[in-house]
Amino acid sequence: MTLRHVEEQCFKVLMVCATFLILGSLFAVIGVILVKGAGALSLSMITQTSKGGYYLGKEGGVLNAIVGSLYLALGATAASLLLSLPIAFCLQREYMKKRTANMVRLLLDVLWGVPSIIYGVFGFTVMLFLGLRASLLGGIAALTLLELPIMIRAIDEVLQMVPRELKETSYTLGATRYETMFKVVTRQILPGIVSAVILAFGRGIGDAASILFTAGYTDHIPYSLLDPVASLPLAVFFQMGTPFPEVQERAYASALILLIIVLLLTVSSRLFSRRFSKFVIR
Amino acid sequence: MCHITIKGLNVSYGNQHVLKNVSLEIPHNKITVIIGPSGCGKTTLLKSLNRLLELQDGVKISGSVYMDGESVYDPKVDVTELRKKMGLLSQRPYPLPMSVYDNVAYGPRIHGQRKKQILNEIVEKNLKAAGLWEEVKDRLKTPAASLSIGQQQRLCLARCLAVSPEVILCDEPTSALDPFSAQKIEETLSQLKTEYSIVVVTHNLRRARRLADYVGFIFLGELIEHGEKKDIFENPKDERTRRYISGESYL
Ligand SMILES: Nc1ncnc2c1ncn2[C@@H]1O[C@H](COP(=O)(O)OP(=O)(O)OP(=O)(O)O)[C@@H](O)[C@H]1O
Ligand SMILES: [Mg+2]
Repeated sequence: MTLRHVEEQCFKVLMVCATFLILGSLFAVIGVILVKGAGALSLSMITQTSKGGYYLGKEGGVLNAIVGSLYLALGATAASLLLSLPIAFCLQREYMKKRTANMVRLLLDVLWGVPSIIYGVFGFTVMLFLGLRASLLGGIAALTLLELPIMIRAIDEVLQMVPRELKETSYTLGATRYETMFKVVTRQILPGIVSAVILAFGRGIGDAASILFTAGYTDHIPYSLLDPVASLPLAVFFQMGTPFPEVQERAYASALILLIIVLLLTVSSRLFSRRFSKFVIR
Repeated sequence: MCHITIKGLNVSYGNQHVLKNVSLEIPHNKITVIIGPSGCGKTTLLKSLNRLLELQDGVKISGSVYMDGESVYDPKVDVTELRKKMGLLSQRPYPLPMSVYDNVAYGPRIHGQRKKQILNEIVEKNLKAAGLWEEVKDRLKTPAASLSIGQQQRLCLARCLAVSPEVILCDEPTSALDPFSAQKIEETLSQLKTEYSIVVVTHNLRRARRLADYVGFIFLGELIEHGEKKDIFENPKDERTRRYISGESYL
């Protein structure tokens, strides 16, 4: 065997090991949650709101937290998407000088790395100043801040991959920049947008720190944007913190529900994006 | 008067001076063929006519281009109207990320055509003109990306014709086609010259001979010689032209 073959073999072993390590820990996480949570997972868990104050009771379910988390994450993801698209487009060379754009990218990368508790504290300070209580609105705003840099940078990255010739083709036919961006480029990057949305949604729905002060917690399903709202990550946090094993078990069940929501969303968006990736020009 | 007049055009990418003082006239309803070795600036010349070049960073353009006597580089010119009038077929076909049908309908749609009926007619007519209709008429809804490169090239021709330009600039329009399909495109172009002024860039000298009314020879960014096909091919004035068209080493 020559050195080159040894090299090849070593690299292969390395790749396989790394893959198994990652997959292994992933399945371990899912396994532990399944084993510990499946017992407490019942129909009442997902059809009833919690009884006994801030999830600490052993009765009822976490419907309020499920609905709350969906409201929060969907609201924040929708708001982020609406804001991200124009901002990401604006960063492209058609609209902004390269140096300015790179500065903005750097700032966004810093924001991406900011711990979520800081967004929570910031949101809380602003809400105090405005005289708002912890509410769905506050939670959505804080989560939007958290998701924005992720979404913008993810969309920006795929935008930069769009071949120049593709845009030129559109211009050649007499299209304006706006038409080129929204009718051609957007279609080209649609699978990338879906990935960006999944990434941001996953980060949003799983985050506890940013909504701790801004969204609050409650036993009820919110009826307006100004009501406080429960959430699954905080449900896990509070239930886990009790000394009662039955309630702790419910924490695992809540985590399992969170996992299933993220899984369903990811799989369905992948299916959705597969329909469009056939149109992508390579 | 000539359809397009180029006067003293200079283009550089950064420090690289690519087109040097090019002056050329492109007559109405004739085919002007541009020949020259690879890398000498043919694509650059075509892209400078419909102002596509200025979208790139670090490109410096000077000199003037007139279309029907009006300056193309005048800041007051509506670039989208200008580009609509000058169809460009790029060297590598780039379909848009949509269906075959939408690719052809894209141009007419952005220029305000909404009627389904009329769009259908435009799509059929232009796909037929590009010789692609028979192959795709049953799969107009499939992604254009799934067509073969040669089919994509013809799709791009159909898409270009669909906005009814006045000038068609073709950059190697048949590079990915078999001789028979290339022949068909050639015939299409010859027919089209009754309605359009056409500029064709090609490396194929035999095709240039068949297609051309006028010929321009570019060498290292300079337009060495241009004129009637007969004069250039049978009686070139410049030694470099003679060597290039006779297939001798031109260096
Ligand atoms: N975007 C660009 N940036 C920098 N230099 C470029 C760019 N495009 C072309 N050039 C340079 O300009 C010169 C002319 O290029 P051009 O594409 O016009 O050649 P061409 O005659 O079309 O060649 P071919 O027959 O191979 O297509 C080449 O030397 C090339 O390296
Ligand atoms: Mg070229």
